[in-house]
Amino acid sequence: MAPSFDTLTEQDFHEEEEEEIDFSDLKEQYEVKLEEGLDTFVVIDGLPVVPEDSRQKLVKFLLRKLNTIGHTSEDAVFMPLNDKGMSEGFAFVEYETPEQALAAVKQLHGVPLDKKHTLAVNKLMDIERYGREGRVEEEYHAPELEPFKEKEHLRSWMADAHARDQFALYRNDKVGVFWNNKSNPPENVVDRAHWTQLFVQWSPKGTFLASVHPQGVQLWGGASFSKQKQFPHPFVQLVEFSPLEGYLTTWSSRPIQVEEGQPILTFEEDGKNIIVWDIESGKPLRSFVSHDLAAPAAAEGEVQPKKKVQWPAFKWSADEKYCARMLQGQSISIYEVPNMNLLGRTSVKVEGVNDFEWSPATVTREGVKTYEQLLCFWTPEIGSNPARVAMMSVPSKEIVRTRNLFNVSDVKLHWQSQGAYVCVKVDRHSKSKKSMATNLEIFRVREKGVPVEVVDSLKDTVINFSWEPNGSRFVVITTGETPTGAAVPPKTAVSFFAPEKKGNIAGNFKLVRTVDKKTSNGIYWSPKGRFVVVATVHSQSNFDLDFWDMDFEGEKNEAEKDLAVNLQLMKTVEHYGVTDIEWDPTGRYVVSSASVWTHSMENGWNLHTFSGTTLSENPTEKFKQFLWRPRPPTLLSKEEQKQVRKNLREYSKEFDEEDRYAVDIANTAVVEQRKRVLSEWLAWLRREKEIQAEEREAFGLPEDVDSPKLAKDARAGNQQEGDTIVEEIVEEIIEETEEVIG
Amino acid sequence: MRPILLSGHERSLTQIKFNKDGDLIFSTSKDKVVCAWWSANGERLGTYSGHQGAVWTVDVSPNTVLLATGSADNTVRLWNIKTGECVKTWDFPTAVKRVAFSPDGSKLLAVTEKRMGFLGTIAVLDIAYGDGELNNLNVQAEEPSLRITCEDSKATVAGWSYMGKYIIAGHEDGSVSQYDPKTGDQLENVQAHEFDHQINDLQFSPDRTYFITASKDKSAKLISASNLAILKTYVADTPLNSASITAKKDYVILGGGQAAMDVTTTSARQGKFEARFYHKVFEDEIGRVRGHFGPLNTIDVHPAGTAYASGGEDGYVRIHHFDKPYFDFMYEVEREQLRK
Repeated sequence: MAPSFDTLTEQDFHEEEEEEIDFSDLKEQYEVKLEEGLDTFVVIDGLPVVPEDSRQKLVKFLLRKLNTIGHTSEDAVFMPLNDKGMSEGFAFVEYETPEQALAAVKQLHGVPLDKKHTLAVNKLMDIERYGREGRVEEEYHAPELEPFKEKEHLRSWMADAHARDQFALYRNDKVGVFWNNKSNPPENVVDRAHWTQLFVQWSPKGTFLASVHPQGVQLWGGASFSKQKQFPHPFVQLVEFSPLEGYLTTWSSRPIQVEEGQPILTFEEDGKNIIVWDIESGKPLRSFVSHDLAAPAAAEGEVQPKKKVQWPAFKWSADEKYCARMLQGQSISIYEVPNMNLLGRTSVKVEGVNDFEWSPATVTREGVKTYEQLLCFWTPEIGSNPARVAMMSVPSKEIVRTRNLFNVSDVKLHWQSQGAYVCVKVDRHSKSKKSMATNLEIFRVREKGVPVEVVDSLKDTVINFSWEPNGSRFVVITTGETPTGAAVPPKTAVSFFAPEKKGNIAGNFKLVRTVDKKTSNGIYWSPKGRFVVVATVHSQSNFDLDFWDMDFEGEKNEAEKDLAVNLQLMKTVEHYGVTDIEWDPTGRYVVSSASVWTHSMENGWNLHTFSGTTLSENPTEKFKQFLWRPRPPTLLSKEEQKQVRKNLREYSKEFDEEDRYAVDIANTAVVEQRKRVLSEWLAWLRREKEIQAEEREAFGLPEDVDSPKLAKDARAGNQQEGDTIVEEIVEEIIEETEEVIG
Repeated sequence: MRPILLSGHERSLTQIKFNKDGDLIFSTSKDKVVCAWWSANGERLGTYSGHQGAVWTVDVSPNTVLLATGSADNTVRLWNIKTGECVKTWDFPTAVKRVAFSPDGSKLLAVTEKRMGFLGTIAVLDIAYGDGELNNLNVQAEEPSLRITCEDSKATVAGWSYMGKYIIAGHEDGSVSQYDPKTGDQLENVQAHEFDHQINDLQFSPDRTYFITASKDKSAKLISASNLAILKTYVADTPLNSASITAKKDYVILGGGQAAMDVTTTSARQGKFEARFYHKVFEDEIGRVRGHFGPLNTIDVHPAGTAYASGGEDGYVRIHHFDKPYFDFMYEVEREQLRK
């Protein structure tokens, strides 16, 4: 019986409704995956069409190619024939493992078989998934072009009318970016809660702000700090930009586990710790397993200290053409960027290599015309061979200079920012290994034959060394012997070195001055040179910051007249619990900060001028990070910069005027604000009084309702206005004598 | 402003009160003793002994005849100030954390602790003053005339607004509420401070139209008594235990400091044990007075605004008589206002 309207039951209605509901999305989600177990199969297309009898020959020929990747056999190749007894131009191949199948897809796809035929290799699963009927439309539709959307200018902050600098502030759960307003409160640009999970980091030219999450690294930029790029490295812990912001290295202690369907990470990345990313495309260039640094030898009976991660894992040449990493004690691997192939297909074997550093700038050595990047490395004493510091030219991998050293405990390599010098700080022990001393061996890279100068006027161990940026002066901090486990922090001495004046080139390095009995341990040069802050950080008892000027415009010390320096201590300030010191990129301001990551006492940050005048103090609860936004290098030519320097007076007049004006405006605003607040307050008081009086009248209460009731014995003074002055005359008899007259 | 140091207590101070004339100071401490002092020279007038536990709170009747104290021995005691004898004892089921006389002295409120299954309450007692010749002071009502039970969050501090019109209470959860003292109904409740940051002190302005609260959330707030609107906020960098409004000058004085149990280092620098002066209207910090070597537990200002006293965890009371510059200091805007 055909259902008529009358005979329809409740159920029929429901059935109809059910049919209408579109379940396709659910079906898709819960569909049983048939392709499981087919991971080892690949489909090879693009084969020549052959008759049945020559099929065997073709399979054999094909197998030669296929077996270069993994293991398969004749039985595992299935080449179907059509009705006419001809092959169809494709074949199914089974590999031993899914990994081999994957590798085959990666490496054989697009590889020519002979002159006429090119292989097209796909996973069987992929063909199933994407190529099934209905999944591919019969007609070609041109992909729709997204309308052009203007992106935010990534360097918009450079166009600030007052040439202010930005900084990122990470405190509590919030990260904010602010404009520095000198002594006025900073102006907020963005402030977001939970912006990052671990820390934030600017890219070296300030274009991007990187936030770190368990899912990966996110780059932010533009005027509103919108999302720019994403690098999905799961559980990433460390991030490092290349010097020109082209690439990004990420590291996680957990090996990556690539899940099926991950759009960016491929099977390549499985089990790796380090990924080198191309920032522009957002794709990984290559991934690596990290080498751990050998832990320092543990004393007998002690637990072996934890292995340290080698970071930065990859060091970049100044022009980003090469990056390199070291396998401690064995070799340095230099990779060409962006294809990330080993330079010359092999690592450079350096027995015992302990550390290496690229030159931070592209230098031209005298007499060398061809392109080169330089790197320095050192090896400790092995057997009877001396310790060695060597300089290598890349790409030729030629050693251009070596120096042998004896009785070496440790070596640190310090390049000057323009690559003009390398200072090799050599910690030496005496034969008995009881006392330590430091030698500074300075390689003059630009001069012919790279001469080495030895500065050995230091008796003590050098704990810190720093070159003047773009200059040829340096500061070292030395410390004497301290009994181990002493509660008092060791006394240190700060020494300033400068070259002798000798025409255009810098002469020999000479000690300018040593300041004794300090506790300083940190050297912070202004990024523009000349000024340096020497400070005691991470200390429990001392927190001094000394602001030094290396070119003081005043009377010069007679003893130092041959040196290219005029040293002057400008100011000393204290910042309780200081842990970090950072110069702004223009060298105008210094921020000292106390981070909760180190201790939880009086966290916050203080802003000083380059000369040590404290502009503002900002105690901030749970303060974590203060980072100035770096600036890209100037676009002005040397001549233009000189011109600016020449006319500095005129410019400064303008700026002073502006400052005065700004202060005036601010003062007026404050006064206006106060006036308003005060009049509001007085009005409120008046209104309250009126209300009170009204209520009192309504209740018929006297004016002095709140005065003590039933207090008959209250003193009269209670009712009086003003103070009562009680005068008390105290008489004291000091001496009493009786005289009889007469 | 040389302070007078009163060292009559053996344990930390809990509350200090000037009488209405300002010539006497009463102080209570955890050592069970209540002391009376001359404010002018710091001489001790006498003690009121009898409490069996730490004394948490004290208040003076407006006519300086009776003194009320509340203690951890679960009693409120009424003392004859002149003779030092205890004229009345009321027993409560739990400790008494705050007592306050109404502005006319006819009523006394007592805030009781929430403990042992008893909810926190505010009890109102009627006070009689005998025959006016200091006789028959012991004739007092036996039972409270009103009990307000705090169901949600216990009251920690309380006081009376002008004409005794409202009872204002500060709570453990950081809220402030307004009660009708006749019916005991809650009229208003405002989350004035951060949630779950206890209000440690509540003091009224001289005319009792507004009051100041000090809280663990490191801020003090000036609040209108009639509608509980927050008028001003004073932000400090340390938890606050006490706040007081000065007469004569438009200042407020805040006191606090890291609680002794939270102090990890003993350095005074860390503790922030200073009395902080803020401008009442402009909310700016004007100055600090150092001296205590423990957190400041209580502050009170002379009713005429000429001195203030602070009591600390260190067991000392410090009386500071203000100098001339204190009275001369004025914002340019205020000076202008004055000229008008």
